[in-house]
Amino acid sequence: MTSELDIFVGNTTLIDEEVYRLWLDGYSVSDAVALRVRAGILEQTGATAAVLQSDTMDHYRTFHMLERLLHAPPKLLHQLVFQIPPSRQALLIERYYAFDEAFVREVLGKKLSKGTKKDLDDISAKTGITLKSCRRQFDNFKRVFKVVEEMRGSLADNIQQHFLFSDRLARDYAAIVFFANNRFETAKKKLQYLSFGDFAFCAELMIQNWTLGAVDSQVDDMDMDLDKEFLQDLKELKVLVADKDLLDLHKSLVCTALRGKLGVFSEMEANFKNLSRGLVNVAAKLTHNKDVRDLFVDLVEKFVEPCRSDHWPLGDVRLFLNQYSVTVHSLDGFRHQALWDRYMDTLRGCLLRLYHD
Amino acid sequence: MPGKLKVKIVAGRHLPVMDRASDLTDAFVEVKFGNTTFKTDVYLKSLNPQWNSEWFKFEVDDEDLQDEPLQITVLDHDTYSANDAIGKVYIDIDPLLYSEAATVISGWFPIYDTIHGIRGEINVVVKVDLFNDLNRFRQSSCGVKFFCTTSIPKCYRAVIIHGFVEELVVNEDPEYQWIDRIRTPRASNEARQRLISLMSGELQRKIGLKVLEMRGNAVVGYLQCFDLEGESGLVVRAIGTACTLDKLSSPAAFLPACNSPSKEMKESPLAHPPSHGCRSTHNSPIHTATGSRLTQNFSVSVPTLIYTGMGSGSAGKEGGPFKALLRQQTQSALEQREFPFFTLTAFPPGFLVHVGGVVSARSVKLLDRIHNPDEPETRDAWWAEIRQEIKSHAKALGCHAVVGYSESTSICEEVCILSASGTAAVLNPRFLQDGTVEGCLEQRIEENLPAGCGFCHIPYDELNMPFPAHLTYCYNCRKQKVPDVLFTTIDLPTDATVVGKGCLIQARLCRLKKKAQAEANATAISNLLPFMEYEVHTQLMNKLKLKGMNALFGLRIQITVGENMLMGLASATAVYLAALPMPGGIQIAGKTPSDGSYEQHISHMQKKISDTIAKNKELYEINPPEISEEIIGSPIPEPKQRSRLLRSQSESSDEVTELDLSHGKKDAFVLEIDDTDAMEDVHSLLTDVPPPSGFYSCNTEIMPGINNWTSEIQMFTSVRVIRLSSLNLTNQALNKNFNDLCENLLKSLYFKLRSMIPCCLCHVNFTVSLPEDELIQVTVTAVAITFDKNQALQTTKTHIEKSLQRASTDNEELLQFPLELCSDSLPSHPFPPAKEHLESARSNSGIPAAQRATSVDYSSFADRCSSWIELIKLKAQTIRRGSIKTTVTVEKASPMGEGNFRNRSAPPCANSTVGVVKMTPLSFIPGAKITKYLGIINMFFIRETTSLREEGGVSGFLHAFIAEVFAMVRAHVAALGGNAVVSYIMKQCVFMENPNKNQAQCLINVSGDAVIFVRESELEVISTQQPTANCQQSCAGGEVTT
Repeated sequence: MTSELDIFVGNTTLIDEEVYRLWLDGYSVSDAVALRVRAGILEQTGATAAVLQSDTMDHYRTFHMLERLLHAPPKLLHQLVFQIPPSRQALLIERYYAFDEAFVREVLGKKLSKGTKKDLDDISAKTGITLKSCRRQFDNFKRVFKVVEEMRGSLADNIQQHFLFSDRLARDYAAIVFFANNRFETAKKKLQYLSFGDFAFCAELMIQNWTLGAVDSQVDDMDMDLDKEFLQDLKELKVLVADKDLLDLHKSLVCTALRGKLGVFSEMEANFKNLSRGLVNVAAKLTHNKDVRDLFVDLVEKFVEPCRSDHWPLGDVRLFLNQYSVTVHSLDGFRHQALWDRYMDTLRGCLLRLYHD
Repeated sequence: MPGKLKVKIVAGRHLPVMDRASDLTDAFVEVKFGNTTFKTDVYLKSLNPQWNSEWFKFEVDDEDLQDEPLQITVLDHDTYSANDAIGKVYIDIDPLLYSEAATVISGWFPIYDTIHGIRGEINVVVKVDLFNDLNRFRQSSCGVKFFCTTSIPKCYRAVIIHGFVEELVVNEDPEYQWIDRIRTPRASNEARQRLISLMSGELQRKIGLKVLEMRGNAVVGYLQCFDLEGESGLVVRAIGTACTLDKLSSPAAFLPACNSPSKEMKESPLAHPPSHGCRSTHNSPIHTATGSRLTQNFSVSVPTLIYTGMGSGSAGKEGGPFKALLRQQTQSALEQREFPFFTLTAFPPGFLVHVGGVVSARSVKLLDRIHNPDEPETRDAWWAEIRQEIKSHAKALGCHAVVGYSESTSICEEVCILSASGTAAVLNPRFLQDGTVEGCLEQRIEENLPAGCGFCHIPYDELNMPFPAHLTYCYNCRKQKVPDVLFTTIDLPTDATVVGKGCLIQARLCRLKKKAQAEANATAISNLLPFMEYEVHTQLMNKLKLKGMNALFGLRIQITVGENMLMGLASATAVYLAALPMPGGIQIAGKTPSDGSYEQHISHMQKKISDTIAKNKELYEINPPEISEEIIGSPIPEPKQRSRLLRSQSESSDEVTELDLSHGKKDAFVLEIDDTDAMEDVHSLLTDVPPPSGFYSCNTEIMPGINNWTSEIQMFTSVRVIRLSSLNLTNQALNKNFNDLCENLLKSLYFKLRSMIPCCLCHVNFTVSLPEDELIQVTVTAVAITFDKNQALQTTKTHIEKSLQRASTDNEELLQFPLELCSDSLPSHPFPPAKEHLESARSNSGIPAAQRATSVDYSSFADRCSSWIELIKLKAQTIRRGSIKTTVTVEKASPMGEGNFRNRSAPPCANSTVGVVKMTPLSFIPGAKITKYLGIINMFFIRETTSLREEGGVSGFLHAFIAEVFAMVRAHVAALGGNAVVSYIMKQCVFMENPNKNQAQCLINVSGDAVIFVRESELEVISTQQPTANCQQSCAGGEVTT
């Protein structure tokens, strides 16, 4: 006796969260059944393995049918075929677009192209996430990217509107799209200590201050691309390190202000010029695409690592960065105060977030 | 020209991409009614076109309005080649034809294609202007309301129940016409869908005419079926019960909160004389022989068994003359009728006087295409024959009417089994006649029929029994005779006194048969049928005994014919009726008691069976009162009946000797094990596993013993097909396979719905078909309803309190202890633990607390007797055991906490969420009040695929199709302004596959009543102006979802 056909259709579509998770994680039906058995469901419910198999198959089939709709979440809301309560719809969408930290760190900043997709088996092998799940996550990134790519208005808002994500998820996706568009390097060994959260935090600051959208809200792509003009202008900041007098003055102002307040004062004093040179040079180089991509590498190399090797506590870093950017306003010979603030406010935020072990 | 149909095409959305180059579609719409077609403009390059068309107006006869569906076709415009069809929407405009139903159909409809399924949606508005019809000789029956519901619909009152109406129409099946060889599958499917739509429209109109002729204004319990006879044609037939209904219009009628169905029917249907309503129509011939090309070539009538509660016994001393009088009355009312049949399964109080038992008839026919189309309607003759047989069976049981009547067919190639079944009954004539019967008789009836047991009393003559049976005096009133078991096809009457809870019982049976042709085949089948009937009956009886119960309700026996086998599946809800004697156990007897080990085996089996019975009794809380002399015969301590009470007490003392016999093992049912077959049977008896704790199941509308439904409902359809290994199939192997299939299916359902615990599967409806040689298909539709065990405690408590008060007036001695118990437990526990006391006291066995707690309410709906029983039990138990307090505290924790959580987590907004359409096979929605019936939904769909693998195989294909069918039903209901379908039924699900060709085809026919319901919680707020308010609400709902 073999079951040829075995289905269950409810007027309200039944969603089993546990099975949904297994499906999203890319397990085959038989693996999923095995995992459910291991979780002790048979003992809890007194069901048989055959019942579990049938139930799992059924849920998988439902998810498979829903997947097409999940690719355009507003469709899920308006379709008539599956009657699903709104809270469940939200759950379906949120879980479908959720991603694994390990996976996102692998592809963050990479071009969402066929080439990257081919590397997914390596990523799968490395992270232990099933290839199926990797593909889903990658396709999700790419799908969101494609949809919001050429839109006006806030990136996170656009994502939220077209994919009905929660705030949190929409902001994460905004970061992913922003990184993918600007191709920031995140995979270098020295960046491994950084989490997706660190990058997402920086992305949000950069979107707010460094993109076209920060100055003009009526352009296409406003939140995706960095403001080219602004990057060009950043060259002007070079004077801060090129002009020796200005550099000395800046240093003395910072040292005066921080004397006695910093545990690592002497180290700071000794390193000031190097650090300042590093930060200003990062700014000046941002005209080149290549250097934009290496932004995080540079920041870590030029600032985070030196400070860390001197064992600066985070509080000291904060004090230093505050003084470092504020005192520039007291430099009479320096005319680009607004530019400096736009650059440094964001950078300070980023650096503080990047500064950890 | 009595009507103007107006249609407006507003917009489309989510259309499929029809032009690969642009990834867009140039869509336009054709609107067709009858032979008139209108077109919208082409809306270029959009998947969400906004046509916003003018109003297309069709001027049509109301006859056409009834017959024809409105056909809307969405197409993709193509400049160079033929336009491609995207899909169609058929809209039945019948609901717009009665004044009280829907006034406009407006909403998003799924665009359906028989090959691709749903492809986007279209927004349509439909209105009808009806002109007053001056033609007295018309053919239409506009205005007659149709209900699938098999009871008097909730917001109506039955003035008169006229009786049986039936009709059938016949046509050639387009699938088998020669043209089918050259047209596309799509064209063929659409021709079929359209034809069936037309035929059911015509059928409904004709039935309507008959109703008008009978001076009724509605058909209740309308059941329409299709017989796909293949080569020989397509039959659409329908039966129903003609009624004159009166709308309950007073706002007060909406107010009373009421969970249990049919409570509101209590307002007596007698109050108004039936003076209104009937449009007098004088119709010219209705029996137009529509394409009757079928004749009877060969037919075998099968001798049928009559199942009943058995029993003879003179109808009590004083009951005799009265019964005769009643019989005369009824006779005169019913004998005018050709067939005194009623498709209803639930009745207004007082309607049902006695129930005789199940009557059924089957006959085997050979289908053949007829060469002489002038032959009289053979199908009509066939059914008339069967109905005649049913009628005579009923007569044999001393009954003049048949209630819960239904008809069905099973077709395999050219053989067709026609079946009809119902419950023989004696009815109260006052509902059946135009004139109201004089009052004195009514009085007598009411006085003579004690509530809750009257229907169990035998209607037939004790001295002239139709079959041998044990009769005893009724355990309730002690005056009249009752059978030892009662089988019926109806729902449990609301006033019946039930002990404990009910449960679903199934008898399953397969019989192999040789493949044969024509007459030989039909003869073989008809030879097998009586044996199958007998075995099904035996199985039912055994299983009933095993449950420790004594009556079956909602019995439905389906016999399915296949190429090489016959399948029988009987489902019913077993209950313990307080009026019937306690069933004896089952005793096993070996035929050859020579061998010692054999003996041992037998005794082992016997023990197992006895254990099972005991376990079941506990599980379903069957604790009929110990009948002791002091309390005997006084179950209804109503004040006004007190005098009678005394009398019956005195009477009972004479009868005690007789009654005592029925206790203990007196009439144990003896099972003889004389061969391996019988052994198998016993084994299979024991393999049925009870549902997991927290689950109950029944196939009737409501579960006896549960009355506190909460609002969560989940209707579902589950389909399974198994392939039998074709090698040396034996009857035993077949039976086992079939049994496993059904049991596994049930287990799967319990597992799937485990999040709803505590819940009950209601109206569980199994359908078996044999699509191919080695395939068995089982389709189940049911609804899971949650209930609140805590609330149950409360209601029971009030019951107990009430009965206590009542009892106290009768018997001082009873008063003391229980009252004390209640009063001291009340303030300390939020949930009155009286019940729990009882529970814990009673069951000191190893049942986990949770399981016990799930089954806490035994008092069936508002019946006094059971709470009275409780009382006695309570008393007995508490006396037997000392302190109970301790157990209570232990018990309290887990189930209560869970219950609380449930309450909170149940989404309070679920019903107010926009656009949700509930579906249920029941006639009511728990916790809600139906305020309006919008019309009948009757839809037929065909889906076909030539890319089965790509659509996920057979399971993927059928899963998607059923989901689509649900979606289309919901969309139609929403467009009518409704928010639920009640009495939903999937009448047909014919699935055919050809995996080698990667093809499959499926036909589904569903029906139900579209309604507007309002939550009882909202009802208080909305109160008087609620019909309009709700309409707006649901309309708004539709808008928002879209």
